[in-house]
Amino acid sequence: MHLLLHFVISYWVPLVCAVVIVAVLPLVAGYIVLMERKVMADMQARLGPMRVGPHGLLQPIADAVKLLLKEDIIPDEADKAIFWVAPLVSVTAGMLAMSPLAIGPWFQIADLNIGLLFIVGISALGIFGIVLGGWSSNSHYSLLGALRSAAQLVSYETAAGMAIVGALLLAGTLSTREIIGAQNDYGVWFVFAAPVGFFIYVVASIAETNRAPFDLPEAESELVAGYMTEYSGFRWALYFLAEYTNMVVVASIATTLFLGGWLRPFAGTRAFDFLNYLPSALLLGVAGYCFYRAPKQPVKIQQMVLAAVGALILLVAIILGAPLVAPAGSMIANLKAGLHGAFWFLLKVGLYIYLFMWLRFTFPRYRFDQLMRLGWQFLIPLSIVNVMGIGLALVLHRQFGWSHWTAFPLTTILTLGVAGLLGAAGEKQEKAHAVVGEEV
Amino acid sequence: MIPTSHYLFLSLGLFTVGVIGVVTRRNVIIILMSIELMLNAVNINLVAFSRLVGSAEGHAFAIFIITDAAAEAAVGLGIIIAFFRNRETLLGDEMDLLKW
Amino acid sequence: MISAVLVVTRRNIVQSAIFLITALLATAGIFLQLHAEFLFIVQVILYAGGIMVLFVFVIMLINLDVSLHQVQFNRQWWLGLVLALALGAQLTVAIAVGRSGLPLGEPVPATMLEPSTELVGKVLFGEYMLPFEIASILLLVAMIGAVVMAKKKV
Repeated sequence: MHLLLHFVISYWVPLVCAVVIVAVLPLVAGYIVLMERKVMADMQARLGPMRVGPHGLLQPIADAVKLLLKEDIIPDEADKAIFWVAPLVSVTAGMLAMSPLAIGPWFQIADLNIGLLFIVGISALGIFGIVLGGWSSNSHYSLLGALRSAAQLVSYETAAGMAIVGALLLAGTLSTREIIGAQNDYGVWFVFAAPVGFFIYVVASIAETNRAPFDLPEAESELVAGYMTEYSGFRWALYFLAEYTNMVVVASIATTLFLGGWLRPFAGTRAFDFLNYLPSALLLGVAGYCFYRAPKQPVKIQQMVLAAVGALILLVAIILGAPLVAPAGSMIANLKAGLHGAFWFLLKVGLYIYLFMWLRFTFPRYRFDQLMRLGWQFLIPLSIVNVMGIGLALVLHRQFGWSHWTAFPLTTILTLGVAGLLGAAGEKQEKAHAVVGEEV
Repeated sequence: MIPTSHYLFLSLGLFTVGVIGVVTRRNVIIILMSIELMLNAVNINLVAFSRLVGSAEGHAFAIFIITDAAAEAAVGLGIIIAFFRNRETLLGDEMDLLKW
Repeated sequence: MISAVLVVTRRNIVQSAIFLITALLATAGIFLQLHAEFLFIVQVILYAGGIMVLFVFVIMLINLDVSLHQVQFNRQWWLGLVLALALGAQLTVAIAVGRSGLPLGEPVPATMLEPSTELVGKVLFGEYMLPFEIASILLLVAMIGAVVMAKKKV
């Protein structure tokens, strides 16, 4: 007992962070689903969920309640132990992967020496949840969907890893906190120094999380939700949660590594200090919009809820803005780094997830063999060339004394040239295959 | 501080279990898995000694062993798949094409 | 250790594979205890995340229903067991007797170690560069071999 108390007291910050993440993540995942439905509706010129709560804001809660109340169906011939364990493996892997992430300068569960590699490794373990789930459902479609999905994940994991290695060459460390520190030292986010790496990572991460246009394993028209077919009610909700958690993890890795983590845009230059007011300004704008729309809601309760939401956002805006106007050196002013850092991080993660959704509703789905060809014959060679290119740029900069501004764009252009060659070769092969298909 | 000999005994136990698996089971996939167990036991041994001495050479060798195990598992499974297509069996007893 | 024993005794191959995964993760945990962080994560990524996925793929693509009803153990299982235990006993005696004789001093204090990743990197790219290159060629050969083996028509 005494040992437990000692443990809690010395490790209370990581414990609190861990509890917050585990408690908040399902809610956040639910709201990402709502965001997706709203974005989908917006791109399809309609309105999305509007009924539950004002503008559909309480929809995730309704969904969660519905899923909890559904009947838990277990297929007859299924291997019960594995059926029970498979969603747990996916969710656990997803949540474990959130631990080395530094959401703000103060909000991190564990600053591992090998943080980034740890996240990649644990995401690799998440593949098991999918495979075991498909297997234990004892149905051909589930198994096929699961194996296809696992094959896709394994293929793009290599490409994603190599893209990460490319940016790691610039950072020089695997610890998430120090990577952001390195970006601060460089003065420029790594996305500008390694844009090809960022592009590869975006594509690979879309494939890693089974999102469109790479979502063949779970496409509704293809395999009836693939490995998730036989899961109903809360088990399905766990898989769903795992998928959206993976999306958040992948977005967080991209933000940490490429987009500068918790740094404000142009963090080093004093001339852009007015950007410090951006968080509060943005949130004030959103709160104002809430108050503006509140009286126009049809039902009285929805008016009140929307007004409450507006008040909440106003409160957050005030909390964010207070350190800026408080006298320097006081306790409130010292909160600035933590709060603003967290805001910028979450904003970037949100933008990256919006990018995912944007791509989902724009592009048609890839066929499975096209998907595999893209992964193995285009992305992996390109990522290897990217690593070589960044290495070359670093050598040019450090040994031969070229400046940043000449070395990196040069290698980027070279890598893009290789990408063009690979793309042309891929198209020629695709045409050859198509012709053969016609003749047969 | 856990004395090094404890790690040695653990790795010995794992190795013995692996040997039992290889020698006793009929299914070749389980034999392959037992071989992986044995390789892991050796890895534990290497890392324990490397920790004792304070150098990283044990780590490097362990990485080579892991790489090797990956290659061998891939080729072994390829052989098993090829054999399975021919004979439809997974048991070591029935793979007797080389018997006179 | 327990999962290792379960690996070799299960009738269902899928359960064996799952226990091997837990055994590998346990080994990774031991690496972490020995302050070998890089090896821990390499074990998780390569072994548990790569090799075991391969195993599980193959197990699922091969029909298992027949094998569940077959005899699981060799006809000579008792002989194998005896020999393996004899080997184990011999090695146990060797370690126990030599334990006091070997100069097993105190391990280096953990605070004096550099981060394991840097150390391994230095050693791998410094002294052991040649084995590193040879390992990559080995992997290439193994890849080509595996692809050729598993093709339908060579």
